This record gives sequence, structure tokens and C-alpha cells, in this order.
Amino acid sequence: MKQFQYTRAVSQQSTIDAIAKPGTKIIAGGTNLVDLMKRGVTAPDKLVDINNLPLKNITSTKTGLHIGALALNSVVSENSLVLQKQPLLSMALKAGASPQLRNMATVGGNMMQRTRCAYFFDVSMPCNKREPGTGCGAMGGYNRMHAIFGASEQCIAVHPSDMCVGLAALDATVIIAGKKGERRIQFIDFHRLPGDHPEQDNHLAMGEMIIGVDIPDNNFAKNSYYLKIRDRQSYAFALVSVAAALDISNGIIKQARLAMGGVAHKPWRLFDAEKALAGKAATEENFKQAAQIAMRDAKGYEYNSFKIKMAPAVIAEALKHAAGLV
Amino acid sequence: MKETTTLKKSAQTDGLSRVDGRLKVTGAARYSAEFNIKGLTYGVLVGSTIAKGSIKSLDTKQAERAPGVLTVITHLNSPKVPGYQDGKPTGNGVFKIFYDNKIYFSGQPVALVVADSFERALFGASQVKAQYNQDNHQTNLRANVNTAKAPHGDGTYKRGTEDAWKTAPVKVEQEYIIPSDIHNPMELHAIIAQWDGDDKLTVWDKTQGVQDARDEIAQIFKLKKENVQVNSKFVGGAFGSALRTWPHEVAAIIAAKALNRPVKVVLSRADMFTSVGYRPHTWQKIGIGATADGKLVGITHEAIGQTSTYENFTEGTVGVSQSLYACPNVNTSYKLVALDVGVPTWMRGPGEATGAFALESALDELSYQLNIDPIELRMRNYAQTEPQGGKPFSSKYLDEAYKMGAEHIGWNDRSPKPGTVNENGWLVGYGMGGGMFGAYRDGATVKAIMMADGNLILQTAVSDIGPGTGTAMVSIASEMMGIPAEKIRFDMGESSLPQAPTQGGSSITASVGSAVYAVCKDLKEKFQQLIGNGGTDKPDYAQVLKQHNLAKLQVTSSAQGGDERKKYAMFSWSVHFVRVKVHPATGVIKIDKVACVADSGHIVSPKTARSQIIGGAIGGIGMALMEEVVFDHRYGRIVNNNFADYHVPVNADIPQIDALFVNKPDPYINPMGAKGMGEIALIGMASAVANAVYNATGKRVRDLPITPDKLITMDVELS
Ligand SMILES: Cc1cc2nc3c(=O)[nH]c(=O)nc-3n(C[C@H](O)[C@H](O)[C@H](O)COP(=O)(O)OP(=O)(O)OC[C@H]3O[C@@H](n4cnc5c(N)ncnc54)[C@H](O)[C@@H]3O)c2cc1C
Repeated sequence: MKQFQYTRAVSQQSTIDAIAKPGTKIIAGGTNLVDLMKRGVTAPDKLVDINNLPLKNITSTKTGLHIGALALNSVVSENSLVLQKQPLLSMALKAGASPQLRNMATVGGNMMQRTRCAYFFDVSMPCNKREPGTGCGAMGGYNRMHAIFGASEQCIAVHPSDMCVGLAALDATVIIAGKKGERRIQFIDFHRLPGDHPEQDNHLAMGEMIIGVDIPDNNFAKNSYYLKIRDRQSYAFALVSVAAALDISNGIIKQARLAMGGVAHKPWRLFDAEKALAGKAATEENFKQAAQIAMRDAKGYEYNSFKIKMAPAVIAEALKHAAGLV
Repeated sequence: MKETTTLKKSAQTDGLSRVDGRLKVTGAARYSAEFNIKGLTYGVLVGSTIAKGSIKSLDTKQAERAPGVLTVITHLNSPKVPGYQDGKPTGNGVFKIFYDNKIYFSGQPVALVVADSFERALFGASQVKAQYNQDNHQTNLRANVNTAKAPHGDGTYKRGTEDAWKTAPVKVEQEYIIPSDIHNPMELHAIIAQWDGDDKLTVWDKTQGVQDARDEIAQIFKLKKENVQVNSKFVGGAFGSALRTWPHEVAAIIAAKALNRPVKVVLSRADMFTSVGYRPHTWQKIGIGATADGKLVGITHEAIGQTSTYENFTEGTVGVSQSLYACPNVNTSYKLVALDVGVPTWMRGPGEATGAFALESALDELSYQLNIDPIELRMRNYAQTEPQGGKPFSSKYLDEAYKMGAEHIGWNDRSPKPGTVNENGWLVGYGMGGGMFGAYRDGATVKAIMMADGNLILQTAVSDIGPGTGTAMVSIASEMMGIPAEKIRFDMGESSLPQAPTQGGSSITASVGSAVYAVCKDLKEKFQQLIGNGGTDKPDYAQVLKQHNLAKLQVTSSAQGGDERKKYAMFSWSVHFVRVKVHPATGVIKIDKVACVADSGHIVSPKTARSQIIGGAIGGIGMALMEEVVFDHRYGRIVNNNFADYHVPVNADIPQIDALFVNKPDPYINPMGAKGMGEIALIGMASAVANAVYNATGKRVRDLPITPDKLITMDVELS
């Protein structure tokens, strides 16, 4: 671990000023950043601790729910507004990590967490994400946890977050602050596919910070479910996870939202499957059909091809739970 | 030997709570890394990034200039280790750290950076730049089985006719594979080394045996044994990983000498995967045949395990097939493949756990072919005497254990047809599997001191890796002396104390417990001499001392086994019962209920015995469902060397586990009638889980671990 400077941010503006300098990074809960620093994957010169900034609020707005970037994962998952309006988000959060980690982890940090790809973590291995141009270790290596959608020749890593899968399904918006003021971006557009620049996980520009997310009100609260399949019952990253939200009226699906985790470089929205479900009856048969539609462009590698069989099963199962059929 | 009835009380009650429990949960217990020695310095190891070859160059200048760094030790500047100068190169049965430039495995230490703080040492370590001449490495067992060699002789065993199973009307032949599993105790391996002059050394060291460690260190550094003091007061789990002295311990001692200051070395979690052994990746094949009414005709058991190129590690993988069942024809073979990896070592239930997974899975497969209940099949082949030599068992109540476990788990609810029981969308299945392990006993010596205030001190050099040795010993003494446990102190974990064996092979209660028993008996006799004939057997010790104007009364006694081992075959037995639920669409496996039954003689310390069984069962669940070392063979390097990627069970994976005991004393093994149970708690568990998964789903997973992906991609074999 390299020696580094540590300072506490006094304001949002001072944070934005500080992170404009290369080598300076925000630290929130530290649960991802510190691990990466210990392994030598990242070596900032200076850390700006933003935990004292007033960005912890969870409030109702005219159109929905606002959650500050520093709200803790544990707090969000137990918040009564969240449980009432967006229970899917609570379920997704609780499926992630462990209670101890969720007590430290923040909403902003969760969005910004890096991939868990072993080749990214081991500095003696090639990795285009960590060191562009060195190659992708996972492509011809141990890729059991890796992407089946949207990968590139450069990178087949997945984004590991559960929370983000919930937020992607719920049409959330990210609020970003930078030198030029605030801007908003659709949550599903926040993370990137790897393409030729796997070193960039998302569209946050240099010198910008996340200050919160907004989730619009919806009719999904009664019929939503987060299902995560993993190698043990808790404290493991998803092999495949699915966030399913349905607006059902008289047995007919008015609207559906589906997103998957553990399958792509970003939370993977299943737009085609959603469309296929709209107007249909909430039956197991229809869920299975939608699941098949979702798998159209899937591509497996040596160790992760099982996901092509697992993912549709998890989609159908999550939808059954959401519809109350289980 | 007929004194066994004297120690019955504890088994009827819950027994003592852990005597050191409070120290442990309050953080007051001090582990090896936690001693604040004056002038302490901190060492961090730098591991090689290639698996085979040699070091071309090592640039340590930047590291040496890094803040706080005191020295960087490599093969280029390491002080000579006297025990290494025997003319033999590294790789001749022993790994010599910082001895030459050869690389034998990825992660092998090539430098130790010592600094005035841990963080600065860690940074210094990142500044060491190594260049290598790389040779082609082999880390893949499956790709190298053609190079397998027997470790000694031809590695075979035969009784009766070879491959007789092939002539049987009903037979099974299958391959079973286990990956390497890492012990991964919670406490990282750690040592603090401090020299006092040139010829005296003290170490605070995580070890399962302070006296064996002392002897090994004395030999490596050519010191007088009495000049080496090894302390290991508390050990945060080991499971076999601390049974021997490893290179990082030698490195700390070298550095302490070079710097003339105490040096602490704590392994990183990643080092734990390469530097302190593991359960070796093993391929096995079993051929087993029976008559239509379920009498075994023959068993053929082959095993090929991995080892390192510099040292052979062998274990008793195929032993279970030789001894578990009455079978007239058995032949086994055991071979090793030397790979460019760190050497394996004993891990809880060594060998037997690997072998039992194969044998008890194969027996389960056979039971379905025969359409005979798996317990009934085992009863039809129940060994009444030791199958290899025909000796009588000193005690064996495995039949009772089968009954207890079956009743407890609700075995009657098991459907003999796999894949047929569905409960709310989940497939339900039952499985069982058994284990055995030799019931050993070594010699041990204990000093007992009765103090004027009536408090008793017991001293011996055993270490306690977690089973609750101190608690068991205090239980025995409390009952023998008739004084409450609060008045007894058990001193251990220092090599200067009276002789005790290393904690391994489930033998400590039998060995040290016998010495505690003996010393208490001798101490009571001394009191009898003082009181004169006719006095009570358990007097008021303080009063007797006062009457005789004595400050204390002390005695040292030894105990060891006699000829009984020549006459009897001595084993502990276990059987595990598991109920699982499997989700047919997603492959998720939930262990629903577990009952483990141990036939380990008289239960000296019921509460800690229960914990032993539960811990072993959880280890077995980990082995069955999730533990697996993954290599990227292109680099010869482990890719899941951390607790996020190498999965061990968490609370959510573990249901209520019921530990049951036959609790009948063994009349011959020792005066308490106690046999070991550390190993049998795990042996057989993985097969019980695999067998339950088969019963639930009709899917037979023969290569561990059984992860959801394997279940959903496997076509059902239902017939
Ligand atoms: C063993 C383990 C298991 C885990 N399992 C799971 C799991 O199953 N599912 C899951 O979803 N997650 C899991 N996690 C990841 C966990 O959710 C993340 O580590 C956590 O959410 C990160 O939040 P943090 O506040 O600690 O971020 P930090 O570590 O403080 O920061 C992470 C990154 O975000 C940046 N950052 C932080 N806040 C902001 C901001 N407001 N604006 C811009 N940049 C910011 C930092 O600069 C840094 O680059 C696991 C983690 C561990 C260690």
C-alpha cells in the first residue's frame, strides 16, 4: 500500500475542487476502495472522505423518492419510505454483501464499485480494465463469473452490484455534480459496456461526483421481487440475479420491468422481454416465453455457459415470485 | 483397564463451558501475533509470480529506500541457516527458504521486507522487483495423471482376488474428484521471533505442537532444544495447517537474527493458499460389486493425489476401502503427481475424508442398483472384526449410531426413488455417509500442583487449536479430584512445560487426558499417604496441606498406552445424516437438517464435544457444496485466493446440526474410555450431502463441490 494523504471534505464544492486533480479519489464507506488499494490495483495520492457531507437523506419528492449518495446500504434497505414505495430496492440491497459491509457501504460507492474479476484484482495478471493494453486474462481463463451479454474482445467482466440491478429496473435517475453544476442521467445509461475502453466503468466524468438518485413513483410495489442465485446462501456475488417488477391489474400485466445482474458489464435491462409481457396474463407460461426472449443475444465462454441455462430459469422464477405465483 | 466407570458424571450433564471462553469472546486471549515485544519489527513476504523457473534478478534498492524499511532479506543476502547446509539442494524433501534462486510454485517467498510498521513493510514489499527465467510449469492434475507414481513401493494393497468386483452380478464403477481445499482458519499464521544472544531463541508461533516446533526449529538452526522456547497460548483454528514448521517461520527467525531485533511475520490471506498446505486435489476411481442380496464381492479403489515437486505429501486416502466394510476382496492403489505447486498437508480427516467421499458415494450408488436401503446395505456388510487383519475392535457401536441417526433425521420419510419428493416447489432428499479414523494415543506427561488454598494447577505442553482441550482436561481433573472446575487452572502452550504430543490425529483427549487422569490419581495417593489409611478419597485438600504445614503438594506423572493396541484394532466411527432441498429450476441447494452420530467412546466434555462435531460437519458441508481452489493453469496461479471468492459456509448455509453420541466407553484405549472425534466429525459428511442431493434430484455429482451450475446443466439420470 502506497502512502497517501487523507482529508475530510468540508463541502460538496471543496470535494469537486479536490477531485479535479489527478490522483485524488473520493472515499465513502471504503469497503471497495481500501481493498483495491491494499492489493495495489489502485494507488491514489490523496483521499477525500465525504462521509460528513449532507447527502444521507431519503425523502419523498413530488414525483418519487430521493436517496442521497451517502445513505448507507443498510439504512436504505430498512427505510420505511423505501419499503413502502420501492420494496424491490430493499430486497436487492439485502441480497448484497453482508450486514457488516452494508453498514459501511453507501449508495454512491455501491454504484462506483469495481468488478470482482480475479484478473482485475491480481496485479501480476493481464487485465485491460486495470492496465489497458495488457489483454484480458479472463477471456481464455477462469471466467465462471463473467458476462454473457454485451462483452467485448477487451473485457468480459461483470458489474457486481445488486443494488444497481434494482435501480436499473426501477427507472431511476442519477444526480451528478461537477464544476459546471448538476446534471442528471438515466440510471441505465450510467454504467457502460466495455467496448474498447474497459477501463471506464461508467459515464461519470473526471471531476464529477454522485450526489444522489431519484426513483419515480410506480405501481410495482405489490408485485416485485429480487432473486439472486449464488454459491452460498449469503455473502457471495451473483451467478445470476434478476429484479422483476410487475404492474398487474385483473391478472393482466400492464407494465413490466426486468433487469439482470451477474451477466454484463452493467445492470442488464431486458427491454424486449418487458415489452413481450405487457398486456399478457401473469402466467408461468408467459414468464418462460419472456425469459427466452431475454436470452437472444447471450454468448457464453468456457466456464460460464451454464448462465445461458440458468438465467432464463431465474427470470421466470423471479417473475413467478413477483406475481405471487410462488 | 477396568476403571472406565469412574468417569461417568460429565456425560449425563452438559459438562463444562469452555474454561477460556470468556477470554476468547472478550478479546483478552492473546494469539501469537498479539504480543507486544519491545522493539518489535514487521516482516512482509514477497511472493513469486511464476510457478517454475529461477530468479534472474532481484532489485531491492527501492524497497530498501522506502520509508521505515529496515532490511530486505533474499537468497542473495540471507544469513546462512545451519540446518540447510547439509549439501542437499532445496527440493530434496524440504523447502529451504531464501536458499537459492529456484522457483517451485507461484507465491513462493522470494523476499522478506522488514520495516518499523506493518503498513510500511507492505509498501516496501510492493517495491521489490523480481525478474525470472521462466520454465514450463505443470499445475493441472488431470492433465498429468500419466506421470503418477507410487510414493513408496508400488503403492498397492490387495486382499483376496484382484478386481473381484467385476465378477459380481451388481456393480458400480465411477470416478470421484475433489478439488484442493484450504484449511483457512480464521487466525492467519503468525510468528514473532526473538533471539537472546547467538544461541537462544524465543518464538510466539501459531502451532499445533509447541514441542515438535521447538525440535524442528532447534534442528534447522542447530540450537540446543532447551535454548528454544516456543509459545502458542491460543490458536485460532488450524485444522492441520499448523502441524509442521513452515518456511515463513524460518524466515522470521532469520530476519530476527539479521536485524538483532524481534520480527513478526503474519501471512496474508492469499499466502494462506500457498504457504501452509491444503487438502490435495485428488482423482479417485472405485469399482464395487455385490451379490443381488447386497453382500459385497469386491472393492477396487484407485487414488491419484497431487503433491509438490520438492516434497512428497502422502495420506491414507484409500484406507477406508480397506477397513470400513467386511469385504473379502479389496485392492487399492495410491499414487502421486508432482506438480509445480506448494506442498499439501494434513487437513481435518486427512485422506480418509477424501476416500470416504468416493467410497460412501459408490456405496450409495450401489444401493440404488440393488434397491436396498443404504443403511441396510451397510449392515449387511458390517465388519465385526477389523477386515485387514481380523483383530477384534476395542469397541465399535456403529450399528447403534446408524439407528440413532436414522431415527433422528426421520429416515423413514426418505423415498427410495430419487427425484420424487416435491415440497412447495423444492425437491427433498435424504442421504447418509459414514467415516472412521484410527483412535490413537501417545505418551504425555502432566505436572499437578495442589496449592495451599486448595487450587489445583495442571501443566503440560499441549496446544489447543480450538476443540477445548483445556476444558476437557479440567473436566477430567475436576471429576477425579472432586473439586469444582473454577479451582483448577490448566497451563499449556509453552514448550518448556512437561511433554505432550502435537495436537493432531484426534488423539489429545486420549493422550493428555490419560496423563491428567494418572497425575490426579497419583496426587490423590500422595494425599492418602499424608492422611493415613481409612481417610476419604477426596479430602479437603487445603486443610490437609495446612495440617501438615505444607505450602503445596506436587507430582508429575506420565501415561502412555500399553500392549492393548497389539490385541485390538482401535477406531472412532461416525455417521452423518442429511436432509436437503434443491430447487429444480435454479439449482440452489439448501441443507435442511443434519444429524451426526459419533461413536467415540466415553464423552469427556459434552459441550465442547458437540461443538467439535458441529464444526466438523460444517467443514464437510463446505467441502461438499462450495470449497474449491481454482488455478489458472496458464499462469500456474490460484485465482480465488481470498474469502470473497473462496467460499466457506456462512450461517445462512447451516441449519440446526444435531450432534449425537453413542457415549459408550472403550474398555481398552485409556482409563477414561475416550476415543478421538476431531476427524470423524468431517469424514463422510461430503458423501452424505452428495447422496442426499442425488436422492432429491436424481443427479449424481461426483466432482466436488456441488454448485448450482452443475445441477442445472446435468441431465437427469433417473431410470
Ligand atoms: C467481501 C465483499 C462482498 C461483497 N458482496 C457484494 C454483493 O454480494 N453484492 C453487492 O452489490 N456488493 C457486494 N459488495 C460490494 C459492496 O456493495 C461495495 O463495496 C460497496 O457498496 C461500496 O460502497 P462504499 O461506500 O464502501 O464505497 P468506497 O469503497 O468508499 O468507494 C468505492 C468507489 O466509489 C467511489 N465513490 C464513492 N462515493 C462516491 C460518490 N458519491 N461519487 C463518486 N464516486 C464515489 C470511490 O472513489 C471509489 O472509487 C461486497 C464487498 C465485499 C468486500
